[in-house]
Amino acid sequence: MTSQKSKELIRPMPTTWWLGKKSYLLFMVRELTCVFVGAYALLLLVLVSSDQQTFASILKSPVSIVAHLVALPMVLYHSITWFNLTPKVMVLWRGEERVSPTLIAGSNYLVWLVVSIVVAGIAFLYG
Amino acid sequence: MDPSKSTPPKETISLEVFRYQPEEEDESRMQRYEVPLHKDWVVLDALNYIKDQIDGTLSFRWSCRMGVCGSCGMMVNGEPKLSCAAFLRDYAPGPIRVEPLNYFPVIRDLVINMEDFLHKLGEVKAWLLPDEEKPVSEGEYRQSPAELARYKQFSMCINCMLCYAACPVYGHHPDFIGPAAIALAQRYNLDSRDGAADQRAEVIFSHEGIWECTFVGDCTRVCPKNVDPAGAIQQAKVEGTKDWFRSVLVPWGKKPS
Amino acid sequence: MELLSHDILIVGGGGAGLRAAIAIGEENPQLSVGVVSKVYPMRSHTVSAEGGAAAVIKPNDSLEDHIYDTISGADWLADQDAVEVFVNEAPEEMIRLEHWGCPWSRDPDGSVAVRPFGGMKIERTWYAADKTGFHMLHSLFQTALKFNNLTRYDEHFATKLLVHDGRCQGVAALELRTGQIRAIAGMAVILCTGGAGRVFPFTTNAAIKTGDGMAMAYREGVPLKDMEFVQYHPTGLPGTGILITEASRGEGGILINKDGYRYLQDYALGEPLDVNDPQHPRKRTMELGPRDRLSQAFIQEHDKGNTTDGPYGHVVHLDVRHLGEKKIDKKIPFVRELCRNYAGIDPVSELIPVRPVVHYMMGGVHTNIEGETPLPGLLAAGECACVSINGANRLGSNSLTELLVFGARAARAAVRFARQAVDVDGPAVLRLAQQEQERIRQRYFQPQQGKDNIAKLRTELVWAMEAGVGIYRDERSLRQTADVIRELKERAGQLQLADHSLTFNTELTAALELEYLLDVSDTVVCGALARTESRGSHQRIDHDARDDERFLKHSLVYRTDGDPRVEYLDVVITRWPPGDRVYGSK
Repeated sequence: MTSQKSKELIRPMPTTWWLGKKSYLLFMVRELTCVFVGAYALLLLVLVSSDQQTFASILKSPVSIVAHLVALPMVLYHSITWFNLTPKVMVLWRGEERVSPTLIAGSNYLVWLVVSIVVAGIAFLYG
Repeated sequence: MDPSKSTPPKETISLEVFRYQPEEEDESRMQRYEVPLHKDWVVLDALNYIKDQIDGTLSFRWSCRMGVCGSCGMMVNGEPKLSCAAFLRDYAPGPIRVEPLNYFPVIRDLVINMEDFLHKLGEVKAWLLPDEEKPVSEGEYRQSPAELARYKQFSMCINCMLCYAACPVYGHHPDFIGPAAIALAQRYNLDSRDGAADQRAEVIFSHEGIWECTFVGDCTRVCPKNVDPAGAIQQAKVEGTKDWFRSVLVPWGKKPS
Repeated sequence: MELLSHDILIVGGGGAGLRAAIAIGEENPQLSVGVVSKVYPMRSHTVSAEGGAAAVIKPNDSLEDHIYDTISGADWLADQDAVEVFVNEAPEEMIRLEHWGCPWSRDPDGSVAVRPFGGMKIERTWYAADKTGFHMLHSLFQTALKFNNLTRYDEHFATKLLVHDGRCQGVAALELRTGQIRAIAGMAVILCTGGAGRVFPFTTNAAIKTGDGMAMAYREGVPLKDMEFVQYHPTGLPGTGILITEASRGEGGILINKDGYRYLQDYALGEPLDVNDPQHPRKRTMELGPRDRLSQAFIQEHDKGNTTDGPYGHVVHLDVRHLGEKKIDKKIPFVRELCRNYAGIDPVSELIPVRPVVHYMMGGVHTNIEGETPLPGLLAAGECACVSINGANRLGSNSLTELLVFGARAARAAVRFARQAVDVDGPAVLRLAQQEQERIRQRYFQPQQGKDNIAKLRTELVWAMEAGVGIYRDERSLRQTADVIRELKERAGQLQLADHSLTFNTELTAALELEYLLDVSDTVVCGALARTESRGSHQRIDHDARDDERFLKHSLVYRTDGDPRVEYLDVVITRWPPGDRVYGSK
């Protein structure tokens, strides 16, 4: 077809696009939390590779406490949003019906709870 | 609905409508109209009232007015909506901002250019390519209700493109295959009668395919038919990853279907 | 102006048009096909069909039964040779569509499922939940994408058939994007443009159902057949006219009047069974009677004062509560969605207000059983055509199947014609298209005298049609409507548009559609005036009996410079001599 295209209007995407809607903003926050998860992983590496003295002193330092206070909500938000999204990725069927998304998301939380209890238990027993 | 048959309500509501008339001006503008606030009216009714009674030059697409043809997608107060499903009473007291779907070029007023989407439907081979050919004389392919359920949700797409208008990835990279096209590819990949997932794989797993998606998830949120395109894309990612592992760990194994 | 050309040209991209296009793609891939549609094909009105498509497939069914149901449902105005061909070819067509991916609902053993439908003795309606038209259209559209001999002219509004030397050689189509007329030539042209429900105020039909192809053919001397037969679907939502599928009754829904009484038992439609009886709903009985009888029953109930007055006029109620939430969500989920969104009620726990609304035109462009019209080079299929398989009243779920059977047949006939015809006269086609471009420019882009706008004329037309050509008609009301139409045509000639732009001018297309509506309504009134009997969906208060001696014939309305001319054509009777339509017997 060789008909002439009349002048179409292109609306450019603003750099502040992610402030335009609540869902976009929440998405950016979720993505940002990855930074904190990554940073905390690095901190853990440092802690694990140091001796008991350094380990304790790092943890007690004010920087570390602030870092933990910031990282905890970030990691929690990260985990909660991703747990809630697992039913989208993991689709299980029972005949004609899908296994309830609540069950799939919920099982993540359950495992999280169990692992947390086990880790806390070990920490208290041997700490 | 015929406005002349019922007494007009006392209240009115304002619509701020995006106007773009390429033969008159190079820029777009917003135009304000007052329409009666009927309690059962949707934004589409308001637009038809404007066109019929106030301004015949306003152009927009519509047809079925019952949410199944997919013609009337537009931005209502910044959210992609079917104008036949957006009730005025939910936006009262207004004003209501009505604009063409985001991330598409605008031809005129509320009419966008959707050729890109149609092109992508062709690219992902959104049609049935049966595993085994069967002559019509042998009757229908057997498909159990459970097998139908596997892909049914993704077959409900009305091609309204609200998902594209919600996807910031598409907004930044118009080459991205996009939610609806991928959901439709999945619809066929998961259809027990189909055997062409590998033919679709090249496009689906390409640079413009599923890996562009960062799972913003807005496409699923705005979909008027609960197709869940975000789900389709993430499932494709899982399949793609499994296939990759299989091909790396078992390179001599059977090519995944 | 450039001349575009194809071997076969199809106007309309809905179920029939796409089926025709695919038929050529599969059987004659060396031929080039052009599909001209004023909307993107997946927006075609086929998409709104809900209930299902009928074809004999189950062992307890028979072709004879489907044929008899269709002929009796049509009040014997259907051509029996056409019905035989239709019923015989239906199962193969439906299986073919299934092979193209249509997601039919299934029985536990994996075979396609069927449900009961109005006027059918045995259940044979294939369905895809309650969005059958949607799934059929999308399956057809997506399948059509694979053929590269197919060129689509999306959002090209056909304005005129280009007829030269007594043969249809193409169409002039307005390209919405640019406002230019395109000259498109075809060795054969197939009209698949749908019906014209928008000549009435309350209709299930989408905005685009404006009788375009019917009017275009009519203007070139092709007669429109049986136009007086307009189907009212018994259950549309009041106000919007949105369709509530017959499947809700097929699954067991019942109709009650203001006293909660299942009133259909008073109208020779049999005895009601208790809703919990395993035999309910009994076929060809009560709520599964034919559509014309159910719509007529509503009017009579209304006249007796038994209907409920509501904000959008009188209604009765459809009760599906006894089906239970699970069955509703499985079998008629779209009904639930529509009721919640557009009627503000949940059918699981509340009654659905319904009334008859215009749904389908049994009449249309006169064709033979191959889809050929009297004009060489022009064919038609689908709702815009009248073969006739639907006669005076169509059975629900026959029309979706009709799209497939006659879409394919018309395509094959078009190919046969193209093979033996001489080449089109390109320069003549181009010249005709240029004249059409000039006509539109003169008519719509120059200042005019009229004070009306399109909406005013359209509103006056549809209310005149409702008043004079409703479910019950008489000579006086018909003549009044005929007068109104005549007057409106004059005023439409003076119409002044506000929009004189070229880019996507939808005011222009609305004006063109108004002209189509006026032509079509003229033929409906004309046919109704001339048919002084009552049959199927055409009910004359002043001539209330069926008169086979004078009227076992199709009406053919021809355009003239004055009032339309009506002729008659005998109905083809093969093996089923005219009888009484009996519903409700055990």
